[in-house]
Amino acid sequence: MPSMDVNGSAVDVDEEGYLSDINDWNKDIAVALAETEEVELTESHWEVIDFLREYYDEYQIAPAVRVLTKAIGKKLGKDKGNSKYLYELFPYGPAKQACKIGGLPKPTGCI
Amino acid sequence: MSEIKKFLYVNRKAPYGTVYALESLEVVLIGAAFDQDVRLIFMDDGVFQIKKGQNAEASGMKNFSPTYNALGDYDVNQIYVEKESLEARGLTLDDLMDLTYEDEDDDWAEKKSIRLLSADEIRDLMEESDVVLSF
Repeated sequence: MPSMDVNGSAVDVDEEGYLSDINDWNKDIAVALAETEEVELTESHWEVIDFLREYYDEYQIAPAVRVLTKAIGKKLGKDKGNSKYLYELFPYGPAKQACKIGGLPKPTGCI
Repeated sequence: MSEIKKFLYVNRKAPYGTVYALESLEVVLIGAAFDQDVRLIFMDDGVFQIKKGQNAEASGMKNFSPTYNALGDYDVNQIYVEKESLEARGLTLDDLMDLTYEDEDDDWAEKKSIRLLSADEIRDLMEESDVVLSF
């Protein structure tokens, strides 16, 4: 199984770089995962990541991007609930990248 | 312009012990990303899939029932339960999860997704669907 190094300890990831065990996740790992995605985490990024983790906790799935966009708009305001804003934060796909950094599996319905 | 096809997913098996229920749910969620008219039927032991208060511990499978609550977010809000199947198992609508959706055309009012249908009405529903997938 592939693994990545976070502050000297090895963390198991799958072949696409998603965490193997969501319970391994912490903020240091998030920062390391963000580096592999070439994303520099700001408050705005954390807002989305925290939202996704809460969504996963409640529904046991990571939402598809269409669902994410709608839900973010409802929770964080209309100016953030659009794909332009989310793609600016996560250029290679908001659901995919934010889920990876948040330690969640690849979103259901992500193709 | 292509016409939107009516997809009907028929769920007939108990939630745990086999992967049918979970697989069906995943197919529904993936399919909902496309322009489809999606309807779900729960009948036979399938009605247990959306029963309240599931405990999957003894089965060794993850309790994935919270995911049914996400269906509304995916615009899957036509969920039908066969009345006869429910009655044969001593269940009523109150034993099922409160699956809801927010109606975009009605100021996002929260509405119920589940409707009870008789076996005859279920047959009609199958009849008018373009694609029927049974799990």
